[in-house]
Amino acid sequence: MELTLKKRKKNSIIPGFPLTLGYTMLYLSIIVLLPLSMVFFNTVSMSWSEFYETVSHPRAVASYKLSLGTAAAAGVINVIFGTIIAWVLVRYQFPGKRIVDGLVDLPFALPTAVAGIALTTLYAPNGWIGQFFDFKISFTPLGIIIALTFIGLPFVVRTVQPVLQNLSSEVEEASASLGASRFQTFTKVIFPELLPAIITGFSLAFARALGEYGSVVFIAGNMPMKTEITPFIIMTKLEQYDYVGATAIATVMLVTSFVLLFIINLIQWVTNKKFNQQ
Amino acid sequence: MTKPIELKNEASITNSHTSSKSYALQESAFIKWTLITISLLFLTLFLILPLISIFVTALEKGWDTYVASITHPDALAAIKLTLTVVLIVVPLNAIFGIAAAWLITKFSFKGKNFLITLIDLPFAVSPVIAGLVFILLFGAQGLFGDWLFEHDIKIVFALPGIILSTIFVTFPFIARELIPLMQMQGITEEEASISLGASGLKTFFLVTLPNIKWGLLYGLILCNARAIGEFGAVSVVSGHIRGLTNTMPLHIEILYNEYQFTAAFSVASLMSILAIITIIVKNIIEWKAKDV
Repeated sequence: MELTLKKRKKNSIIPGFPLTLGYTMLYLSIIVLLPLSMVFFNTVSMSWSEFYETVSHPRAVASYKLSLGTAAAAGVINVIFGTIIAWVLVRYQFPGKRIVDGLVDLPFALPTAVAGIALTTLYAPNGWIGQFFDFKISFTPLGIIIALTFIGLPFVVRTVQPVLQNLSSEVEEASASLGASRFQTFTKVIFPELLPAIITGFSLAFARALGEYGSVVFIAGNMPMKTEITPFIIMTKLEQYDYVGATAIATVMLVTSFVLLFIINLIQWVTNKKFNQQ
Repeated sequence: MTKPIELKNEASITNSHTSSKSYALQESAFIKWTLITISLLFLTLFLILPLISIFVTALEKGWDTYVASITHPDALAAIKLTLTVVLIVVPLNAIFGIAAAWLITKFSFKGKNFLITLIDLPFAVSPVIAGLVFILLFGAQGLFGDWLFEHDIKIVFALPGIILSTIFVTFPFIARELIPLMQMQGITEEEASISLGASGLKTFFLVTLPNIKWGLLYGLILCNARAIGEFGAVSVVSGHIRGLTNTMPLHIEILYNEYQFTAAFSVASLMSILAIITIIVKNIIEWKAKDV
């Protein structure tokens, strides 16, 4: 009884509920929901065997493996180095720190195509960095991992950084005064606090990497069965006007992404619950 | 070369600091500088060198070639198209972001969390799919394909398609910045303003907007950067018609694929300058927002 009264009072004072609700739902439906539902409508109108044949084609399966594998590898690299960078930015003072801090956002600000051509030339066999390696980096899965690492880095740094900043020094002091070494304090006290943020950062970077196209398409070389990512398969099918095939592959990607989004939300929900309890 | 020196440093530091009590609270200088070195090395390989290489390659054949590349009619047309797209997309997403944030933070209603998830949805969708969905709607074989053909309206492979897919990709940016901010600020100030007799619009412009201006600007900047640089989605719906439906990133792709590297990197350098400006403005906003 009290709850409904409070709710009604809340809703009655501030105006704009019908307007903002109507506008939000309209815009959301036209821009996102209606277009996305097209993928599922078109898939449903396909016969099962047609759908299955397209999505289980060896080239498509090879691309799933490549996309998942390279996205996971880039995510792991970013978790390791992103956490170190976040730590260095929060805990240490050194010359040029502010510039370094700003630079971390570069992958958010730089167009993916620009990043793509720059990384490709840099890591090509005759490039500034590529020339120091005996093996090829650009035009191999290794190159894809490099592009995805570039894209995903800020996701990890920017999720870990604020958590590290808000960590109270008292816990660390308590741990130290109870006789823990610095290493023990890190692994047993600090790291568990950072873990939810690290997992969220990984998932965000991973989700972005799965769908990434612009930075990868240049460095990948796009050889069938070898360096073809899933978004590129969709692109190829579109260029051949094979809309049915493109839609089938898109369904696989969308379902994968939505499952991932669901997991991310679940992690955030569990973490929030944990924090609220404290 | 540097490794033995660092090791030596560690030895001398451990000797002089063994009795220090801060040791349990802070890492040794050796670990500190190792971590800083790792960070800087990583950032150099992945961020700094790529950025520098763009400018070096762009200016490789001299200033005149550089200027010729960025003032080429196709390049100018691409710049103009990108600006047009951004000028339409960013305000539309800003209005939506404000409306959605107002709805979500000022009222309590069922399904709010679900709505927030829906707003985030475009982040989980590959840009290529963001382009594909509009082909499925407005393409020749799409849902509205026949109707559009009869009425001679072009959406796909034309400006409207580029705008729609860019809106899709940048959809959550502004709403996402505003929702947590307005949630934190609560509704007491707006309630006070309304109960003192101010209208809803007046309350928004005089009470809410000053409170959220930095968050809004922050969202605008991020949305703007992504709208300028969007590649995958636009690539699907543009049709790559030179001088007509080529945005700046698409123009770079064409030049690069034609082995006109200097020209490609020249246009890329312009976009890199925009990215650097974006980062600087973003930092100023963060700094200002902290002051308030």
